[in-house]
Amino acid sequence: MSTPTLRTGEPLVHAVNVSKSFHDNHVLRGIDLDVYPGQVVVLLGPSGSGKTTFIRCINQLETIDGGRIFVDGELMGYADKGGVLHRLKDKEIAAQRRDIGMVFQRFNLFPHKTVLENVMEAPIKVKGENRKVVEERAIALLGRVGLADKPAAYPGQLSGGQQQRVAIARALAMQPKLMLFDEPTSALDPELVGEVLAVMRELAASGMTMIVVTHEMGFAKEVSDHVVFMDGGVVVEEGHPNDVIGNPQHERTKLFLRRVLAEDESG
Amino acid sequence: MTTQTMDRPGEINARPVRHPGRWVAVAIIAIVAAMMISSLVTNPKWDFGYAFQIMQQSSVINGLWMGTILGTVGSMILGVVLGVILAVMRLSDNFVLRGVAFVYTWFFRAMPRYVLLAIMASGVGYLYNKFDIGVPFGQQIAKSLGLSSDLTFFQFNWNDYSSTVWIGILGLGLSEAAYMAEIARAGILSVDKGQAEAAQALGMSPGMTMTRIVLPQAMRVIVPPTGNETIAMVKDTSLFIAANVITELYYQSTLFGSKAFKIMPGFVAATLWYLIVCSILMVGQSYLEKYYGRGFGAPTGKKRKKAEQKIIAAGADH
Repeated sequence: MSTPTLRTGEPLVHAVNVSKSFHDNHVLRGIDLDVYPGQVVVLLGPSGSGKTTFIRCINQLETIDGGRIFVDGELMGYADKGGVLHRLKDKEIAAQRRDIGMVFQRFNLFPHKTVLENVMEAPIKVKGENRKVVEERAIALLGRVGLADKPAAYPGQLSGGQQQRVAIARALAMQPKLMLFDEPTSALDPELVGEVLAVMRELAASGMTMIVVTHEMGFAKEVSDHVVFMDGGVVVEEGHPNDVIGNPQHERTKLFLRRVLAEDESG
Repeated sequence: MTTQTMDRPGEINARPVRHPGRWVAVAIIAIVAAMMISSLVTNPKWDFGYAFQIMQQSSVINGLWMGTILGTVGSMILGVVLGVILAVMRLSDNFVLRGVAFVYTWFFRAMPRYVLLAIMASGVGYLYNKFDIGVPFGQQIAKSLGLSSDLTFFQFNWNDYSSTVWIGILGLGLSEAAYMAEIARAGILSVDKGQAEAAQALGMSPGMTMTRIVLPQAMRVIVPPTGNETIAMVKDTSLFIAANVITELYYQSTLFGSKAFKIMPGFVAATLWYLIVCSILMVGQSYLEKYYGRGFGAPTGKKRKKAEQKIIAAGADH
């Protein structure tokens, strides 16, 4: 495995031996992952490989059965009191999520609120920030994602690509340390994928730490520092994108990449 | 033009489908309507003049406001608030809350409102005519410990309220809550799970997620049936008599009818008031639906453009 380019200081995300089951279905079987500040990590893998479940575990949308996840040195979901873990209360878990932005496959914008209200909601209601300050930041963020002209629109009036860009602005409004992307372009029409990826490229270039679940090989190759290929709930292969995508070592990775790339060409 | 275009089929000038059944129906309806109008015009017992007089009596108007309308508003407020709480309890992870909500809903949905009101008014007062509010089992504890106080903070006499609109509101409100709980539950479940996840991912607590994100969207589903419930409630206030509440439209109108041996004008007076009140409510309901449907319907053209320009202008100021 090659050494990623940006390994400085402590990892922002430190996941050790993470496991998770849904009933009898063992979705994660001991995942280890370190993500350093400023890194862009792409998780690849066939559907059902556990990559989406894994990033949902990072911000506690799923609870884990084994292992530990630390974000910025803080154990997620539990308080370690002399070696005994105590489950955190809902409010404490909510507080841990504030520094982690998440972008969903299905956007999940609040349909009863305008674009601007969507972006302003959490900083005002969750962090208790000043409305004027938040509004300024929200308008700047909408400009950054190319939607400065849509503040009063409702999500239902926007295209999928526009909605996803609003969702990114909404997550950024909380000024997170880490951004999680769960297949952000999978629900989009092919011609709208580019506008969302452009925003994500810009975000990566600005130094944001990102973990991205995606099938966009171009994005993985050009933007990411580290690619993790998962299958069956384990990490099969990881490393620099040039190695994992350009010169995969495992049969499973090779097979997956052949299929995905063939699809890209035919699509 | 070539001959080819000449052969192409032109404008369609077809005969419409005939609906003879409709004309038969219209004829039957016209005959029935004529019979009804004839009755209204020729039978002096209708006495609409007297019905209109009854409608304007101060005791009838007072019954309308202080019984029917206050009763409807009061029991719907109680029903909606308690119903939403019950719905949230039903969907909770806590089995105690779930169980309590289930038993509540089961009991009050099975209870006829007339019987419930009778129990509220007479039954409860028969069991306990005084209520002591204090430490549970306070009197027994005080006795066994030899205390001078009996651990009661205050006392109220149930019978002081038993024939007032408040007991009617309590009875109908408790019953309504059971129905509203089901309506609210359906509304909450209609909101996509991704909404709550997005709110949680932004760091919202479960309570804030419910009140700021899920419930406002659930309202879109909750409002239309709640409008129906409100209209039904207007009519159910006529059951107040079961709780000996006589400051109420139906009782007051028919009182005039029976006193003057003109019962039909009494009924007509009540009917006309019910029609007026329910018609107004139906108009109000359509406005509420529009409000809670925002973001779901078609773009609200001009208004949106204006709002956008304002925000963009404000943004440019910074």
